[in-house]
Amino acid sequence: MTSTPMPAPSVKESVADAAHAPRDAGLQPGSLVSGVPAAAPGETMISIDNISKWYGDFQVLTNCTTKVAKGEVVVVCGPSGSGKSTLIKCVNALEPFQKGQITVAGTKVVDKTTNLPKLRSRVGMVFQHFELFPHLSITENLTIAQRKVLGRGAEDAKKRGLDLLARVGLSAQADKFPGQLSGGQQQRVAVARALAMNPVVMLFDEPTSALDPEMVGEVLDVMVELAKEGMTMMVVTHEMGFARKVADRVIFMDRGEIVEDAKKEDFFGSPRSERAQTFLSKILQH
Amino acid sequence: MNYNWNWRIFFDASPEGNGTYLDMLLSGLMWTIATALCSWFIAFFLGSLIGVLRTLPSKTANGIGTAYVELFRNVPLLVQMFLWYFVLPEVVPTQLGDAIKQMPDAPFYTAVVCLGFFTASRVAEQVRAGIQSLPRGQGMAGTAMGFTVYQTYRYVLLPNAYRIILPPMTSEFLNNLKNTSVALTIGLLELTARARSMQEFSFQVFEAFTAATLLYVIINLVVVTAATYLERAVAIPGQR
Repeated sequence: MTSTPMPAPSVKESVADAAHAPRDAGLQPGSLVSGVPAAAPGETMISIDNISKWYGDFQVLTNCTTKVAKGEVVVVCGPSGSGKSTLIKCVNALEPFQKGQITVAGTKVVDKTTNLPKLRSRVGMVFQHFELFPHLSITENLTIAQRKVLGRGAEDAKKRGLDLLARVGLSAQADKFPGQLSGGQQQRVAVARALAMNPVVMLFDEPTSALDPEMVGEVLDVMVELAKEGMTMMVVTHEMGFARKVADRVIFMDRGEIVEDAKKEDFFGSPRSERAQTFLSKILQH
Repeated sequence: MNYNWNWRIFFDASPEGNGTYLDMLLSGLMWTIATALCSWFIAFFLGSLIGVLRTLPSKTANGIGTAYVELFRNVPLLVQMFLWYFVLPEVVPTQLGDAIKQMPDAPFYTAVVCLGFFTASRVAEQVRAGIQSLPRGQGMAGTAMGFTVYQTYRYVLLPNAYRIILPPMTSEFLNNLKNTSVALTIGLLELTARARSMQEFSFQVFEAFTAATLLYVIINLVVVTAATYLERAVAIPGQR
C-alpha cells in the first residue's frame, strides 16, 4: 500500500456533475489496489472447468470452460438470460452448480474442506443494484466486513476504508447513509467496500446497468483505474466502450453456453460465431 | 335501568382487607404488565429464531419453523392456556408435575410461557415477512463479503427486517398485552380478573369495567407512543 499523503483532487473530465463538484471530487490519483502484487502474467487466477447448472429441469449453464489469468480483465457479454450473471456468481459460490469445478487462486470452490466465507472474502464483488447496507453509514459499510470477517481493528479498518473512499473521490460522504447518495456514488462506495477486503480478484455483475446515463462514466473510471493497476477482473457488462478500452479478453455467452472466448481485438474485429456478430451489430448500432 | 352509580367506590376499602378497590385494580394492572413484558421477552427471541428458521435455505430448518408456527397459531389461546396449566403437569413425570403444581405464582409462570409461545408464532411470521421483503441482493452482498450465515443475519438482514416490521410488531405487542386477560381463566389476578372480583364484591359493574377499560387504553397508548419514538430513533437517514 502506498502510504503517500492524500493528493490534491485532480480534475477529471468524467466528473461532469457540477452540482456535486464541491462534495464529490471524482476519482483520485493513488493506488486502489493494495496487498496484491503487481500482475505476474500467465498465472491462472480463476479457472472454470466444464461447469453446468440446472434450475430444476432447465439448464442455465452448459459446459462452460474458461480461465482468467492474474492481472487479466475479462468482459463477459451476451443477451439477457444468457447466463452471464449466473456464471460470475458461480465463481464465488453465490450460485451453486451441479457439475464441473471452479478454482479461485488455487482454492477449489466445490470441496468440502473449502472454507467458503474465507474464499469469498478474497473475491470482491460489485452488484448491479450496489447492495450497500442501508442501515449503516458509508464508513460502517466500508469497515464492517474488514472487522467481522478479517478481524481487523476498528482503527485499521476505518483508515483503510476512508483511504479507499478518498480514492474514489467520496471523502465528504463518509458519515452519510447509502440512501443519501446518488446511484453512481453508491456504486463507487460499493467498489471501495469490496477493495477494502484486499481481494485478489474482483467480480462485477452489470455494475452500470442500474445507473442513470450521466453516472455511468464515474463508475467506469474507477474500474478502468483498477484494471490499470493490475487487478484481475471479471466484468459482466453491456458497456462495449469499456470492453474495447480495458478488456484483455471478451467472453460472449448465449443460452448458457460460452459461444466465443477471444482476445478483445479478435472479438471486435471479426467475431467468429454468427450469434456474436448479430449481438455486436445490434449493440453497436447506436 | 335501576342502577346506583357510585364513582367513589374506588376509594372504599376492598373486602380483601389490604387497601381500596383502586389498589386492587392497580395490583391487577401490575400483574398484567409483568405478564406482558415477560411473555414478550420469550415471544421476541423465540419468534425471531423461528422466523429466521423459515427463511434459511435448509429444508429441515424450514420444516421445524413451519411446524412450530402452524401448531401454535392454529390452537385457540384459551385452549393453550388450559393445556399448559391443567394438562401439562399431568403428562410429565409425577415428580415434575407436582413441582409445577406447587410452584408459587404458578398461574403467572404458566401464563408467561403460554403467551410467549403463542405470540412467538405470530412474531415469527412478521420476522419472516420482514426478511423476505428485503432485496435478495442484500443477503448475497453479505455472503459475498465473507459473512457466515449467522453474520449475514446479524449484521445485514435482521437490522433491516426489524425496522420494516416495527409497526406490525407494535400491534403484536399490544395484542400480547391484551391477551394477558385470558390468563384470568387459570387464576392469574391480572387487571380483568381484578375488575371482575371488584364487581362481585361491590356490585358496581360499570365502574369496575370502566376503570379497567381506561387502564388498558392508557397503558396501550403509552406503548404506542413509545413505539413512535422508537421508530423515529431507528429511522435510517435518506430512506422515506
